[in-house]
Amino acid sequence: MLMKGAEALVKSLEKENVEVIFGIPGGATIPFYDVLYDSGIRHILVRHEQVAAHAADGYARVSGKVGVCCATSGPGATNLTTGITNAYMDSIPIVALTGQVPTIMIGKDAFQEADTIGITMPITKHNFQLRSVEEIPKIVKKAFFIAKTGRPGPVLIDIPKDVQEKEGDITFPDEIVIPGYKPTIRGNINQIKRAVKLILNSERPIILAGGGVILSNACEELIKLAEMLLIPVVTTLMGKGCFPETHPLSLGCIGMHGRKAANYAINDADLIIAIGCRFSDRSTGAVSLFAPEAKIIHIDIDPAEIGKNVKADLPIVGDAKHVLKDMLTLLEKSKKKENTEWNKKVDEYKREFAPFMDYDEIPMQPPRVIKEIMKVLKEDDIVTTEVGQCQMWASHFLTRTKPRTFISSGGLGTMGFGFPAALGAKVAVPEKNVIDIAGDGSFLMVCQDLATAVEENIPVVVAIFDNRFLGMVRQWQELFFDKRYSSTFLGEIPDFVELAKAFGARGIRVTKPDEVAPAVKEAFESEKVTVIDIVIAKEAKVLPMVPPGRGLKEMIG
Amino acid sequence: MNERYILSVLVEDKPGVMQRVSGLFRRRNFNIDSITVGHSEKKGISRITLTVAGDRKVLEQVMKQLNKLIEVIKVSQLNMEESVVRELALVKVRTKNEAIRSELISYANIFRARIVDVSRDSMIIEITGDEDKIDAFIDLVKTYGIIELARTGVTAMIRGAKREVKK
Repeated sequence: MLMKGAEALVKSLEKENVEVIFGIPGGATIPFYDVLYDSGIRHILVRHEQVAAHAADGYARVSGKVGVCCATSGPGATNLTTGITNAYMDSIPIVALTGQVPTIMIGKDAFQEADTIGITMPITKHNFQLRSVEEIPKIVKKAFFIAKTGRPGPVLIDIPKDVQEKEGDITFPDEIVIPGYKPTIRGNINQIKRAVKLILNSERPIILAGGGVILSNACEELIKLAEMLLIPVVTTLMGKGCFPETHPLSLGCIGMHGRKAANYAINDADLIIAIGCRFSDRSTGAVSLFAPEAKIIHIDIDPAEIGKNVKADLPIVGDAKHVLKDMLTLLEKSKKKENTEWNKKVDEYKREFAPFMDYDEIPMQPPRVIKEIMKVLKEDDIVTTEVGQCQMWASHFLTRTKPRTFISSGGLGTMGFGFPAALGAKVAVPEKNVIDIAGDGSFLMVCQDLATAVEENIPVVVAIFDNRFLGMVRQWQELFFDKRYSSTFLGEIPDFVELAKAFGARGIRVTKPDEVAPAVKEAFESEKVTVIDIVIAKEAKVLPMVPPGRGLKEMIG
Repeated sequence: MNERYILSVLVEDKPGVMQRVSGLFRRRNFNIDSITVGHSEKKGISRITLTVAGDRKVLEQVMKQLNKLIEVIKVSQLNMEESVVRELALVKVRTKNEAIRSELISYANIFRARIVDVSRDSMIIEITGDEDKIDAFIDLVKTYGIIELARTGVTAMIRGAKREVKK
């Protein structure tokens, strides 16, 4: 069929069931946008490309589908890169489309030319530059396939302007062949048998569940496994929500700002069943001191994760859902476990170190704010976070019970992620409430996109934990640098209520604990974009904390 | 313990694939001693030969990370003892007089090297062999004054009829 490149591109995206694209047009993407104008695909015009990438990321995390973002050549593409890296670090499937200068201009330092392929090589799972109209359908299909299969990740397609404009004879393939790409889905059954034996013979087992459990939709299997053998469960930040945190076996997140009970329990374990996690330094603390007595069963779809940060005694390469299913089948014959000494010890940790949230002070203490927000939050509602103290207060104190309801920038730690991710989330599930637990520093990095939220009618709530500081850095300066607050005070501007209003959003300020829940409730019910400026104690710290370079058992506070 | 390993990597012959491989080494903090690339026996597929320094843990990570690249089809480790390992070098040596010229010719013969260019006061010698042999030859002739040196880096192949086995 004879058609233009831009048409082939839009048709290919429609064939991948793309519903929405977040982006900003520019000189090198005008032909594409011209065709998009008549397409059924919704385009959400953002105000900065970083927001486009994060929104696609948030959309993907909540929906489980591939998120799509688009930017023009040069600065458009370079603005996307933070968002692409964020998706890469957290293994989120997105496809980024970038315009490029015409093929004959490439390499001439043309206007708005950047080496997008070179720049994005180390931050994408793969990238493509289109060189002909005819290859468009095949490459789009490959891009989506690579993004969503195996260990998911971002894929970028760079599209020179002339390729969008030229006509070609287009056929849409039903199948594609990628000789060097064959992810291992089923785990080796002998390894799984050995793992089962190890688990049954262990005295102090613990499950460490990461983001991979959510990505492979293995949460039900995880719950079954834990309940069958009464194994306590801790998660990483990325795994938060994959196991109900209200469950008696749940201990919450491990890590630098994890729950004490979780850190202590994993430290004491004699067997760690690690599923879909990569033992990041923020999760393990000093790796030399991590779980000294534990053998580790490491289940991951990416063989390169095994043995990268910690030594695995028993590796299983495969998709978490498949591996857990096989494990459950093998375990069916073994009888249900009774409560052990280990379970009792873990329960004691839980009782002893239950988080305290009932602060009454004004200005408010963040744990109390979280407690008040939780009064309004339903279990299906979506929480996104910015990065820094707000993120750690949320991950530590907020209870989540379902997967894909806690959306946070884990690996890259990108300030300015939460608000765009909330936009993407709300677009994915408009019927659910979406709230961004924000810090004032993070939110200011992307606040211009209040314009997008209002114009496109994406009613999210931004709850700013407002301490006028780059709080996490300030906390480290307080604890480890003699309170020398070098460049961390942000000043008393802006007035976030007025800022919100300037964009046509609702703005509310709350200063007392009993004002928080009604403000959030009202914000959800208003179905309008709302910024809640929550004034918190300026020098509130995230505690407890594992100081840098220490083991998980050396928590302070 | 730090050792040297030879990896043979089959890749799709596409633009940028060398950059993907070499970029991976830089990003992951691995060391490449040498890298060579050329067509393989199959159309559209190139073979990259890498020598890598590190311990077994590094080697394992290198191989796994290489395997993750979409355009990498196969990564194999070549056992030094079971493989033919070769490098080619071109050495341009100053030949001030007849005596030096004839000395160099006799050295070239001993090393089974070839004289591929002769001018009034210089000579280009082509030598192939494993790295130790080439190092030894260079060491020998450098007293005469090496004007230019070009080494290809290592290429290698497993001995006998079998093909590489994926590790």
